[in-house]
Amino acid sequence: MTKTLGSIRQCVHNENMPVKVKLFASMREYLDLNETEIPIENIETVADVWQAIAGDKPMPENTLCAVNLEHTNEAAGISDGDEVAFFPPVTGG
Amino acid sequence: MALEICHHGFKPWQALQAHQDRMQPGSFGATATFVGTMRDFNEGDGVQSMTLEHYPGMTESQLQAIIDDAHQQWPLQDVLLIHRVGDIEPGEPIVLVACWSAHRAAAFEACRHLMEALKSRAPFWKKETLTNQSSRWVEKNTAGYSSH
Repeated sequence: MTKTLGSIRQCVHNENMPVKVKLFASMREYLDLNETEIPIENIETVADVWQAIAGDKPMPENTLCAVNLEHTNEAAGISDGDEVAFFPPVTGG
Repeated sequence: MALEICHHGFKPWQALQAHQDRMQPGSFGATATFVGTMRDFNEGDGVQSMTLEHYPGMTESQLQAIIDDAHQQWPLQDVLLIHRVGDIEPGEPIVLVACWSAHRAAAFEACRHLMEALKSRAPFWKKETLTNQSSRWVEKNTAGYSSH
């Protein structure tokens, strides 16, 4: 019994969480994608996330990105389970 | 401090009064307020309605960080910030920022700072429906310190 529980814990521990990706406003329409999840394998930076979801479509000029709800840039590193978002310049207020 | 993302119409002056009524009388000497209201024109076109989209979770955390920054920079008694999302019509309020302080300088400066920070950092996006029934995303905000 103990052995079984131990192996389950090990299995959960080793399983990488996918990266959650969200798109907003004109960026959602550009890629025709609202939200998705991608495996962390081969993903190191925000730019890698864009390539994984957009393929050959270039990132529009002035694209903003966020990781875990904080503004960042294309070179920012990504860990498993992170939430990455792409969106155009903000226009609130 | 109060921060609200509002999914329905709100009344900024009533909200301001209700918030102030909960504050200790005599604890502040200045109140500065900004209310942003939807126009029926933009860039030379008539605007019939607008939809305000946001990024739930990030919106709240960014606005909280902006308010925390203001508290660090100025001696504020209190801040109230309400921002509308969803479908909006001309004449309806979009945003309310109010700052209370002992003296006017902190209230004026913090209120202006909060609005400018909100416009550059908070993840909101406007999509306009024009009077000719076409629609478009607003691509960028006006420059707050140079436009008239």
